[in-house]
Amino acid sequence: MNGQTMFHPFARVLHWLMAIMILAMLFIGAGMVSTLSEKHTWLVNLHKPLGMAVFVLALIRLGFRLTHRAPPLPADLPAWQKLAAHASHWMLYALMLAMPLIGWGMLSAGGYPVVLGGGVRLPSILPADPALFAWLRESHRYLAWLFFLTFLAHMGAALMHGLIRQDGVLRSMTGGRRR
Amino acid sequence: MRDTPSKRPPNPIGRWALILAAVAGSAAAFGYVGGWLAPGRLSPAKMIDTLQANSGGAHPGYRRNHAKGICVAGYFESNGALAPYSSSPLFGPGRTPFVGRFAIPGGNPYAPDSSVPIRSFALRFDLADGEQWRTGMNAMPVFPVSTPEAFYEQQVASRPDPATGKPDPERMKAFFASHPETTAFLAWVKTAKPSPSFATETYNSINAFYLRDAQGERRAVRWKVVPDAASPGTAPAEGEKNYLDADLGNRLASGPLRWHMIMTFAADGDPVDDAASVWPDGRKEVDAGTVVVASVTPQDSGACRDVNYDPTVLPRGIEVSNDPLLAARSAAYADSYLRRTSEEGHLPGTASKKEASR
Repeated sequence: MNGQTMFHPFARVLHWLMAIMILAMLFIGAGMVSTLSEKHTWLVNLHKPLGMAVFVLALIRLGFRLTHRAPPLPADLPAWQKLAAHASHWMLYALMLAMPLIGWGMLSAGGYPVVLGGGVRLPSILPADPALFAWLRESHRYLAWLFFLTFLAHMGAALMHGLIRQDGVLRSMTGGRRR
Repeated sequence: MRDTPSKRPPNPIGRWALILAAVAGSAAAFGYVGGWLAPGRLSPAKMIDTLQANSGGAHPGYRRNHAKGICVAGYFESNGALAPYSSSPLFGPGRTPFVGRFAIPGGNPYAPDSSVPIRSFALRFDLADGEQWRTGMNAMPVFPVSTPEAFYEQQVASRPDPATGKPDPERMKAFFASHPETTAFLAWVKTAKPSPSFATETYNSINAFYLRDAQGERRAVRWKVVPDAASPGTAPAEGEKNYLDADLGNRLASGPLRWHMIMTFAADGDPVDDAASVWPDGRKEVDAGTVVVASVTPQDSGACRDVNYDPTVLPRGIEVSNDPLLAARSAAYADSYLRRTSEEGHLPGTASKKEASR
């Protein structure tokens, strides 16, 4: 079979840009709720606009993914690994869309103005409700854990493809010469 | 060429180790940043745990500090005098409604009103354009300490002795002796008495902020609201534990209560980022208008119940200073708010909110 071996360049740019942003978001989020220091304020002020940027890019990326073919996984990859690859990819898509929405909804339910900085304020998407706030806030926490664990699996698997199997899966996203 | 057999390195142990190191290293970095691998860090949870412990444990559904309070509503009548200094529409002439709360410090919602010589007043102004200004003010001119670390130490030092139910005076003395920044507060607190009324108190922002004008210039300020009410009211009966709410209700029955909002501008060299130091008298002051309290509601059913009076929620035209206590208040209030809303929402693992409906 002489099929497509690389992701589209636009998909690769989006992947690596969002990888940096999402990883930064996970660290910013974990850090900002762990400290009483001045870092808290500037991390929160960074977390909100960066989160909305991830949401917008995730919508673009999902649209692109649904209209463009991704290179197929190697034919000799065990079935469970194929399943894990597909499931984790869709999990990552779901989380990169859900997390910003939950964050936005949680601020709305908490009665906070949703301020992105630079004079930009988003409307509330949910009524002020303390119980709803608490559910969303805790969901945001535990889904962030799930997000980070999925990222670890994704990175580990990508390195396994690149270093152990050397089957071109990692190169399909990094680009570069075929060896 | 995806269907060519993958070429595997002959001895992949080193490569597997590399992959493991990348995954474990990432997890460790996340653990450090999140604080799980940095147990010495002063976290919001650690601060709130300490406030809770000092209040005889958690009181589900209540704020972890300033737990005993009452909701009020009213409006701010701006006179326009501050408009040249802040671009916020709040300070143009006109009215802005607010949701407010009077309270006493401490985490015990059943503490006697006479237990502390300090009262607090929190306001959330709801601007017409959807912006908000939240401020939590206290009826004292200065904060005891300058940093969250020192505040934490103060809380640890003032933990009630199980034998007496009161803080150990020796530990308190040792704390104040090792914190010379507490001098101004100690001088004030010696003269302070629990006021029989919320209405007669002057409430201070304590932390400094910046006002930013329409030209983009910023100026450091502190604010206070100064009461019109002159009559101290009747002294509470000996041994009476709850008199502040009744006094407020009685006064409001004969009409709204008013405070003047006074902005004090720092002069060159005044400490902007230190809540433990007072600015000298004679600083420029601007009377921005009147805070009018019109009605009162118990806190378990009032609009203030679900408001986190985080002092860093600000409209355009007001900005935080670098006072480290502001970030700490924001972070700690958020933790307290999550705890009480989780109890309110009966989230799994939270204490029953039964007590709060009393």
